[in-house]
Amino acid sequence: MLFDKFQTMAGFQAELAERKVEPFGAVTEKILSATEGLVQGRNVILAGTNNYLGLSFDPRCIKAAQDAAARWGTGTTGSRLANGSFTEHQALETEVAQFYGVDHAIVFSTGYTATMGMCATLAGPGDVILLDADSHASIYSGVKLSGAEIIRYKHNNPEDLAKRLRRLGDRASQTLIIAEGIYSMLGDVAPLQEIAAVKREYGGYLFLDEAHSMGVLGETGRGAAQAAGVEADVDFFAGTFSKSLGAVGGFCVSSHPELEAIRFCISAYIFTASSSPSIIASTREALRIVTAEPQLRERLWKNAHRLYDGLKALGLPVGPTASPVVAVEMEDRSRTIDCWEALMEAGVYVNLVIPPASPSTNFLLRNSVSAAHTSAQMDTIIAAYASLKTAGLITSTQAA
Amino acid sequence: MTDYQEYLEFLYSAVETQNKKHIELSESTSLVADLGLSSLEVMEFIEKIEDHFDISIPLNILPDVNTIGDLATKVRELNL
Ligand SMILES: Cc1ncc(COP(=O)(O)O)c(C=O)c1O
Repeated sequence: MLFDKFQTMAGFQAELAERKVEPFGAVTEKILSATEGLVQGRNVILAGTNNYLGLSFDPRCIKAAQDAAARWGTGTTGSRLANGSFTEHQALETEVAQFYGVDHAIVFSTGYTATMGMCATLAGPGDVILLDADSHASIYSGVKLSGAEIIRYKHNNPEDLAKRLRRLGDRASQTLIIAEGIYSMLGDVAPLQEIAAVKREYGGYLFLDEAHSMGVLGETGRGAAQAAGVEADVDFFAGTFSKSLGAVGGFCVSSHPELEAIRFCISAYIFTASSSPSIIASTREALRIVTAEPQLRERLWKNAHRLYDGLKALGLPVGPTASPVVAVEMEDRSRTIDCWEALMEAGVYVNLVIPPASPSTNFLLRNSVSAAHTSAQMDTIIAAYASLKTAGLITSTQAA
Repeated sequence: MTDYQEYLEFLYSAVETQNKKHIELSESTSLVADLGLSSLEVMEFIEKIEDHFDISIPLNILPDVNTIGDLATKVRELNL
């Protein structure tokens, strides 16, 4: 039967319904600020968003969006290749390119279509793609569409990448290597200096998804490659407007002039309507703020260290280094759902992540911090985890 | 060049740690239906094979691989 394959999921949903918990698609009834909302009838601190700089609620970004909606209308009703390229879109492309110090940029309607579209188009039949095993779903979707030969390298493992390039022999120099700046689930950063060195030795093209690292890492907020000092080795940077920039949309920038020809070959760019002008306008304003206000990044990292150190001091299994994404890994699904529920009751919304969205068989309580979290909010989040321990819901041994 | 049988023998030994139900392995043992491997476990199995033979196994072959025999055939082709 067509629907047989959905039985497991339907069973899981029934289990959640019976327990009366809705961790997936929890409905937000009201947004009170960048870090607070009314979710499922409760006032909670939002500690599971990607609102790293808190810009989703910045009055300047809101004003820019309002003005643009008044001037341009609510939507473009067309593709960038037809009637959907307004001067707003063009200006944002110029500004994103300038932000990265390169000449070419494409703006997409979502981050997902940016990475998916680029990965589907850059390599084709006869080419090889080497992607990190823990790559985001948008990258996996893209490479599947590409028609290229797809090979995974072990997560954040430059030696394994080198081994696989060596095995390719002459084809290595024609390979598209894919990595991410900060990985979304555990918050770990790619070893980009080593990856860039491998690329220099064997050749190939490097595509880097800075979705979670743009606005977060690097001296001017360009991301993990800037922080590692290897931007010159990156052929294509992709990213999203939905995280540090607080809106929605995606981009790819490159110093390769070929990007202009590639633009006309990406289905996910051509056969979808362009972003509404209000979104583009708020993104432009957010990008300006990222450049003008580096103190936002400082505040973000201060909060990141605070949460990481706090959870680590509780003995919880967090990743190896502090990051704006701090995930607590657990082995038991039911226990993780109990914890998620208890955190909600304590006034803290975090993300519940189950395999295969998590990179292993573990379940995650994924926390993400924002520059906009106050000191008191950080205390509440850490205290909520402490009470999970007191309640016996979580111990260092129960977790992975 | 190794022959098909030798690949098969290696695959039997490599998958043994993941053979939680202790079923008897044969060419026609299905990785998912019989061994019950999750997609993550299939990838772990693939990585073991890659490391052992010093090859890369493209993801593109996976839709054609149901059984241990299918995989042995593919690995043999890749290692020629
Ligand atoms: C690594 C990575 N790439 C791409 C995306 C897609 O971005 P968006 O949600 O803005 O479409 C995400 C986030 O969901 C991501 O984590």
